[in-house]
Amino acid sequence: MRITCPHCGERDGREFTYRGHALALRRPAPDAGEAAWDDYLHNRENPAGDTSDLWYHGPCGAWIKVDRNTLTHTVSGSTLAAKVAR
Amino acid sequence: MARLLSQTPCGDQLPRTIGQVALTEVTITRMVSVAPFQGQQKQVSDAMKSALGLRFPGANRVTASESARAIWAGAGIALVMDGKMPDLAGQAAVTDQSDAWTIVAINGAGTEDVLARLVPIDLRRSTFKTGHTARTLIGHMTGSVSRTGAQGFEIMVMRSMAKTLVHDLTRAATLLAGR
Repeated sequence: MRITCPHCGERDGREFTYRGHALALRRPAPDAGEAAWDDYLHNRENPAGDTSDLWYHGPCGAWIKVDRNTLTHTVSGSTLAAKVAR
Repeated sequence: MARLLSQTPCGDQLPRTIGQVALTEVTITRMVSVAPFQGQQKQVSDAMKSALGLRFPGANRVTASESARAIWAGAGIALVMDGKMPDLAGQAAVTDQSDAWTIVAINGAGTEDVLARLVPIDLRRSTFKTGHTARTLIGHMTGSVSRTGAQGFEIMVMRSMAKTLVHDLTRAATLLAGR
């Protein structure tokens, strides 16, 4: 698997660590209610197709939102998590 | 008080030559990591320019002056070696790293082939030129690789990994020389 780090360019998958769905970047407000927090913490889609998740590029220390397709394994884009609009 | 002797990370394991590949340890007087605070990149780079004669390096680059060197070391961080650092209080997080890293220079014909066995990125001169650097893997270790010349590289890993680095480089060079 090849993932593009916004700093370092295309790199081998073994340089990266998987975190989970990019949903983690959209933290609900403290008073958003139990349902919103339940979704944020526990409920995940299992999409057959496009998805976005967070990866950590260990060598350079960047958190990256990676867009990929679970059916074709195509990696279509990557963005620094710090630059993702929230 | 006990008399303490300073030892370099690789100690007496280096220098050594395997085939045409020479491994030597690079010693420095001082190293600090510099991580500019948000919005302070320009000020930090300017301060470094006037004090050290070099700018804060862009991603995957090394900058150098007569007295100092700065290696990009990851997202928003650079390692500055030697030279007299300016006071960056309030502008950047500056941490002493003098004894934290092992620096090994690898030179000679075939260095690219030796590193190709350990480093999972393209280090050929057409894409990885002198003054380029990369944070990547060396064997199983996370480290830094910089090109210093046509047949020369500098490899950096954490000091605790010195023995493993020498072992990995020696093994790769030996197997290549034995072909």
